[in-house]
Amino acid sequence: MMCFKSGTPSGWRRRGTRLGTWVALSGLLLGVAACGTDDPSGGKIELTYRIWDKNQQPAMQQIVDRFQAAHPTIHVTIQLTANQEYWTKLQGDATGGSAPDVFWMNGPHAQLYASNGMLLPLSKQLKADGVDLGNYPSALTAIYSYQGEQYGIPKDFDTVGLWYNKKLFDAAKLKYPDDTWTWENVAEAARKLTDTSKGVYGILAPPFNQENFYDTIFQAGGYVISPDGKSSGYDQPATIAGLKFWTDLMKAGVSPSVKSMTDTYPAQLFESGKFGMYYAGSWNAIEFAKNDAIKNDVDVAVLPQGTKRAVVIHGLANVVYGKTKHPKEATQFAEFLGSKEAAEIQAKTGAVIPAFNGTQEAWVSSMPQFHLRSFLDELPYAVPFPASKNTDAWMTKEATILGPAWSGDKDVAAAAKELATAMNTALREEQ
Amino acid sequence: MSAVNSLARPRRAGRSANRRPGRRPERMWAYLMVAPMTIGLSVFYLWPIAQTFFYSFTKSGPFGGHAWIGTANYRALVDEPSVLQSVANTLFYAVVQLAGIPLAVLLAALLNQRGLRGRSIYRLVYFLPVVTMPVAVAMLWRWMYNGDYGLINQLLSIVGVRGPHWASDPSVALYAVAAIGIWMALGYNMVIFLAGLQGIPTMYYEAAAIDGAGPAKMFFRITVPLLSPSIFFATVLTVINSLQMFDLAYMMMSTPGAAAGTANPALPQVRTVSYLFYQKAFVEHDLGFGAAVAFVLLGFILAMTLIQFRLQRRWVHYA
Repeated sequence: MMCFKSGTPSGWRRRGTRLGTWVALSGLLLGVAACGTDDPSGGKIELTYRIWDKNQQPAMQQIVDRFQAAHPTIHVTIQLTANQEYWTKLQGDATGGSAPDVFWMNGPHAQLYASNGMLLPLSKQLKADGVDLGNYPSALTAIYSYQGEQYGIPKDFDTVGLWYNKKLFDAAKLKYPDDTWTWENVAEAARKLTDTSKGVYGILAPPFNQENFYDTIFQAGGYVISPDGKSSGYDQPATIAGLKFWTDLMKAGVSPSVKSMTDTYPAQLFESGKFGMYYAGSWNAIEFAKNDAIKNDVDVAVLPQGTKRAVVIHGLANVVYGKTKHPKEATQFAEFLGSKEAAEIQAKTGAVIPAFNGTQEAWVSSMPQFHLRSFLDELPYAVPFPASKNTDAWMTKEATILGPAWSGDKDVAAAAKELATAMNTALREEQ
Repeated sequence: MSAVNSLARPRRAGRSANRRPGRRPERMWAYLMVAPMTIGLSVFYLWPIAQTFFYSFTKSGPFGGHAWIGTANYRALVDEPSVLQSVANTLFYAVVQLAGIPLAVLLAALLNQRGLRGRSIYRLVYFLPVVTMPVAVAMLWRWMYNGDYGLINQLLSIVGVRGPHWASDPSVALYAVAAIGIWMALGYNMVIFLAGLQGIPTMYYEAAAIDGAGPAKMFFRITVPLLSPSIFFATVLTVINSLQMFDLAYMMMSTPGAAAGTANPALPQVRTVSYLFYQKAFVEHDLGFGAAVAFVLLGFILAMTLIQFRLQRRWVHYA
């Protein structure tokens, strides 16, 4: 005890000073290094570009290199920020006036940044520079338009398809899903595929929004948020019908429980080969293609229709910081990031589907064993990912309030109405 | 005696009088020495606390800018059911964590036995969770807790028991998370108690043995009372840490790779006050409300610590 008590603090103190010295020294070094970076660019205009996906960094660097070659007076530095802290950090930087000049934006945050003057309005400049927004899927462009003004240039997109396990369909002697399928076909196939004695389930029906209930809400003719952005659609009968599609599947026992799908992520379950169908994104393709156990057993079709066809589209956009010191150059760079040339560089990596129409072929042919064209076939009826000024405030409530309806503890209509009330409160707070 | 005193007093007074001119720079040095710490504390703790207090009375925009709304945030706090639930969750978690302390005392006493083979290996094994990253710990336990493929349920199935989905069943998830908390803190508390045990002179035990006391009696009559300052220290720290618990709950409840808007069905039953603060302030962008939550938590911790210091007079023996 004595030894412990008297020994350690002085040890800490000693280490403390040494540590302090190192911190001070490294601070000096960093200072020097920071001074050093200014020199080589000498007189060039410095732009920063923030992204969160490490896998895409090489492609982004290639695009930057091309841009710099064409604009020798501009130097662009890419900042990579981990996905988990991207939004917290960006919010802090934007508040402090030090956000990067150009950065990635997603659907849920677009209006939050645009309505607070954190994004540079682009419409005028895009028109002056002859950038045609018709080059991108219109539902995607719409996500980055706020009160008639365009704030982002689409970078890439993702849609959802019906992935299915051919082996299980063959074993049950069922026809593979195709573009004639409706909700009834899904329910019937799920019932026939399920064999709980073997641990086989017909479908994975987790309470996920983009992959599951947003799509069926739109297929049932409902909506999540009213077109004026002021009220929730969860109390609408059509919206509830879209939710009921999933809760009925859960009730029928053709999907594993929500608890099982929480403990093991549905994509992982699907890869185990014991699940017949799975509504999953275009982003899952690369993972399935890399898995030797199932890469030859699974394929994908367009989403089955309800009362009509629909799929939610989401994608990223490149946006310009509202308080950037170089609005002209930053806009130029953002335009280049949205160009056909940049899209073709991205397409080659196979990581994302580029937003520029006509450049998606490279992605489709990158995994020929899957019918990836399904994801593009859905574009004509794609619906923008629902969002408002403070999307997260009500989106965090969706899963918590709808969860009990999925597990059968609550009636789906009652849960939907409760969610509508909570969401309307959140939407009122935004105004 | 008085002669000595009367002689000594003027001398002492004289000495200090002689020193007085030198005192001022000395005091200045003292201030200078404590300055880095004081300035650091003020800038990084006291000022933010004051600011948080101010913001808890405002509606703050996501990018700065705020409007004074009086006590509206605190009133909303009372109306929001998730607040009450998360306070209850946090208190329950703290109480369960306290159950880990007797366990650590017992473990320390066992590992302090002379002649126990591989003592340092045991100590290392129990201390390992303390120095492991909470994120890694949570990942590991999520695998073990997996309701369908987890190690725990596999073992239970051998004896014919079908275990629950430990980490996603609302009725058991908080117990499951609290168990990890105890496991993680066990090694730390054990080291504190081991240090305390080594400060207890062996002569007490020798005397007790001569008087015919058994091992159980020695443990409760000698070890526990003389260890009480260490136990008090560990208790205070455990309560503070438990009330602030965030990382473990966050890691156990979040789904890596999942999109925004997905949630563990057990989240409402596991969400702690810190978690609620994070969610309100940084996910839902309601910074004013978040500040109010943070302030309630601060008051809560202060009150608990104060109560503990009051109660210590009754049971802590400083030898």
